[in-house]
This record gives sequence, structure tokens and C-alpha cells, in this order.
Amino acid sequence: MNTTPTIVEPAPSAVRTPAAEFWRKFKRQHVALVAGGFVLLLVLAATLAPWLVPFDAENFFDYDALNAAPSAKHWFGVDSLGRDIFSRILMGARISLAAGFISVAVGAVIGTLLGLLAGYYQGWWDRIVMRMSDVLFAFPGILLAIGIVAILGSGMVNVILAVAVFSVPAFARLVRGNVLSLKHQTYIEAVRSIGASDATIMLRHLLPGTVASAVVYLTMRIGTSIITAASLSFLGLGAQPPTPEWGAMLNEARADMLNAPHVALFPSLAIFVTVLAFNLLGDGLRDALDPKLDKY
Amino acid sequence: MAVYLLKRLLGLLPTLLIVALLVFAFVHLLPGDPARMAAGVDAGPETVELVRRDLGLDRPLPEQFVRFFGHALQGDFGTSIRSKRPVATEIAERFGPTLWLTLAAMGWSVALGLVLGIVSAVWRNRWPDRLGMSLAVSGISFPSFALGMVLMQLFSVQLGWLPTVGADSWRHYILPSLTLGATVAAVMARFTRSSFIDILKEDYVRTARAKGLGEVSVVFKHSLRNALIPVVTMMGLQFGFLLGGSIVVEVVFNWPGMGRLLVDAVEMRDYPVIQALVLLFSLEFILINLVVDLLYAVINPTIRFH
Repeated sequence: MNTTPTIVEPAPSAVRTPAAEFWRKFKRQHVALVAGGFVLLLVLAATLAPWLVPFDAENFFDYDALNAAPSAKHWFGVDSLGRDIFSRILMGARISLAAGFISVAVGAVIGTLLGLLAGYYQGWWDRIVMRMSDVLFAFPGILLAIGIVAILGSGMVNVILAVAVFSVPAFARLVRGNVLSLKHQTYIEAVRSIGASDATIMLRHLLPGTVASAVVYLTMRIGTSIITAASLSFLGLGAQPPTPEWGAMLNEARADMLNAPHVALFPSLAIFVTVLAFNLLGDGLRDALDPKLDKY
Repeated sequence: MAVYLLKRLLGLLPTLLIVALLVFAFVHLLPGDPARMAAGVDAGPETVELVRRDLGLDRPLPEQFVRFFGHALQGDFGTSIRSKRPVATEIAERFGPTLWLTLAAMGWSVALGLVLGIVSAVWRNRWPDRLGMSLAVSGISFPSFALGMVLMQLFSVQLGWLPTVGADSWRHYILPSLTLGATVAAVMARFTRSSFIDILKEDYVRTARAKGLGEVSVVFKHSLRNALIPVVTMMGLQFGFLLGGSIVVEVVFNWPGMGRLLVDAVEMRDYPVIQALVLLFSLEFILINLVVDLLYAVINPTIRFH
């Protein structure tokens, strides 16, 4: 028998990189695509806001148009101090997006590391991490944030820190659960048998398996975090006037709801549309990446 | 069942102890001297020392903690710095309005969420589903303080149908409980839908259909109970969310509850009140989770026997 085994090359189209596979599924999620486009546009607008705004958000006062309704000059109208609402919304996008991204990113990194370690080593370390997340979960998010702000003082940086703290246990639990189900799979056994270190197994082989659900959760979490940060500013514990933070703007607008409801309308819409975009994007990512992840 | 209850109750103790420890540590984490804060800004050094001894702040920390914990168990949280009244009295007045508001919000939002979720799952990918889920995703995206302001502007100011602020009659409860429950209804609808869709794919549901049962019987007799298990857990988590959310809603509607008391206390740096409220909120949340676990055991017998 001298027939050489023929190696069947797979057709190029049959081999998909994970990225291509993701794109193939994601591009069918039309709503999420639009939402994702909107998020990109928003990030761009927020980044370029200082050059885009028609008026200075904090120091321009149009005294002839106090509480004026939207017009060609002031697209979203004017607030009770004569400031241009459109400019303030645009500058506020920087604060809200930064608060959402930074707090969730910090929470995700710390939570993922804790979850990896807890799921991989289990034992006492796992028990400590899980007990701590139980306790953190025992504090409703905003209550925990108020507690932290009460200790550290009000301000946006402390709000971001507070929101990050209560993102940690959620990511820790999510990643730990994933690791627990992955670590007994054959491919992990295989890398261990060729002598890979614990760190290599965790970072090179377990982490990628948990990235999909973590990314989905992260996207959804950004929306929640933007709302929480805005809520704290609304309560007067976050960004302080005259900072054009959306929640703080709404709080200022409360006094003049009778005369000028539009002053409250635009910050409300800004928060709603932004958070909606992140939630729709998250829904689409979940359907494309991880259909098993719970939908809430 | 009794053994299960006992086990669960004992399991709460470490969590409670850590929460109490955190709340106790809170005063010592604050920048500045607690005795000076309690004495007031213009108190002399002798007064501050007097207050320190009076509050037991000169004792070693472990002893202070035992004292704090012992007093807390008896409902004694000291005196409010702002109003000079006992913290327990302050909170007792505020407890009812918050509890009723939370329960009202929970009641309607869970009922609506379940209905929306079941309808969406049964008519999956058809118009009831699309409508229900569009409502739901909007619900989780609209911040409650903005919703409260919109509802108040519309129904109280423009139409004059409902009172704006206060908590005197049932009509005062309508707008705040709508505002507070909107997010929860949305979350429950999304969660119930996904839980129900999973159940409707199960073999026993196919069996029920195959033996010719009507759709009503399949949905309510064979699917609902099983779909409810994760939903009940979610309900417990949402109750905690409501407790937190009530803080914001109470500020919008000027509600005489614990949430507004907390925000006022934080603004005035009234630490005894903050401590007591945080402890109380956490305790409530922990107890609710216990109730949820017990409900869970009632719905799903396999849990009881583990």
C-alpha cells in the first residue's frame, strides 16, 4: 500500500476567524447595527464637542433669550440662566460617556480578574470573593454609591469610582461561572498536560472563553452606569453646577418646569437615547455572541 | 422545610455581620474626627472631648463595635446631628411611606412584567412581542427621575388630574409608584420572556402539545410554574433595586420617606442617620432575598432536599 494520504484542504470560505464569524452573525442584527452606529457617532461628537459647540457651555449667557424655546440660533432652546442647551448637551455627552465607559471598564477588569482566580482555584479564595460579592450585592447599587460619595465627598470622580465598585461583583460572578464550566473541558486538560502554567491557562485559554459574555454584559452595564451616574448628579451628589452634566442639568431645570419644560426635555432625551443605544447594541451583541446569556 | 429555613437563616449571619462591620467602619473611614462632627463646628476642645467620651469614641475599636452592634440590635442608633432627635424616631416616621410606595410599585410592575413577558414569549417575533419588547427596552433606558418629571408635568401640572407632591392619599401614590416601577416592569418583562421561551422548547411542553392539550393549558399548567423559578429570583433582586430607586423617586416627588431622609442626611453629613439607614436598607434587602429563596423552595421542591 503506497497510497499517500491526501490532505483535504478546507475551502477558504469554510474557515472563519472568530471575528468573521462574529460579523456574519452581528450584521443580521439590524437594530443593533444602527444602535452601534449611533454610539460611534456619539463618541465622535463627544470627542470633538469643544470644537463643535456653537456657544460656550458654561460661560455664554444670552440674557435676551432666558428660557427661550428652540430656534434656529439655539437648537434646543436656552435655559433659565441664558445658556445654550444644545452646547451643554453636547459637552455633557463627554461627561456621561466617560462616566459610563471608565466606571464599567474598571469594574470589568477587576471583576474579571477576581472571577478568573475564584473560578480557577476555588477553595478559600473563591469563598472570600463570593462572600464579598454577596455583601456588595446586599447594597442596592445606588445606595452603595451614595455611601461612597458620603465618605469621599460629592464629585464626578467619586461617582465613577462608586459605580465601578458595584460593577465588580457582577463581572466576578459572570466570569467565575464561565470559568467553572470551561475548566473541566478537554482542551484545558490538554494544555495542562503539556505543562502550561496556571497563569497561561487562565489568561490564554480560559479568558478568551469568557470574553464574549463579558463584552455583552459590559455593553448593557454602560447604559445602567450612565443612568446611575446621572441619578447621583441629579441628587446633587455628583457633578456640581455649572458643569453641563445631564443629570445635574435636569435637577437645575426642575425649578422652572412650569415656565420652561423644554429645559428638562432635552437632557432627559439625551440620557434616554444614549442609554437606549447601548441597550439595543447589547441586545444585538448578545444574540450574535452568546445566545445563552440571560436576557435582562 | 424547617431545616432548610434554619440553614438559610444561619447562612445570613456572616453577611449581616460584614454589613454591620462596614456600616460601623463607615464613621471611621470618614475624613475628620467623628467626635468633632457630632459636637458641631463651633464646639471648643473641651466639648469635643466630652462628646468623645459621651459617644464612647475613646474606647478601643472592638469594644466600640460591640457597643454599636448591641445598641443597633435594640434599635438605638444615637441622635441625629441635624434634628437632635433620636435616629430611630426619625426613621420610624419615614419607614411607612417608603414601604408602601415600594410595595405599590412592586405589585403593579411584577404583574405587568409577567403579562408582557408571557405574551411576548407566546407570540414570539410577532407584533405583540415586538411591541412588548420595544416598550421594555425603552423602560430600562429611561431614567426614573426624568420619567417622574415628565409624568408630573403631564398629569399634575398640565392636566391637573393628580396631586404633585406629598403622600396623603392613594392618589398621591399613583405617579411615584408608576415612576418607580417602570424599570422593574421592563426588566421583569424581558426576563420572563426569555425564561418562558426556554421552557416552551422543553420536551414535556412538546409532549403536552402532542397529546392534544390546548395552548392555554400548555402555557399556564405546564410552562408557567417552571418558568417562574428564575423569575422569582429576579423579583428579589428587583426589590433591592426598588429600594435604591425609591431614593431618586422620593426626591422628585418630595416624598416623606427614607430615601429623601438619606439624601438630606448625606447633604448635611448627618452620620448617625446615614449609618442607620444604610443598615436598614441592607437588612431589608437581605430579608427579601431570604423570602425569595423560600418562595423558590416552595415552587421547586428539588431545592429543599439538597
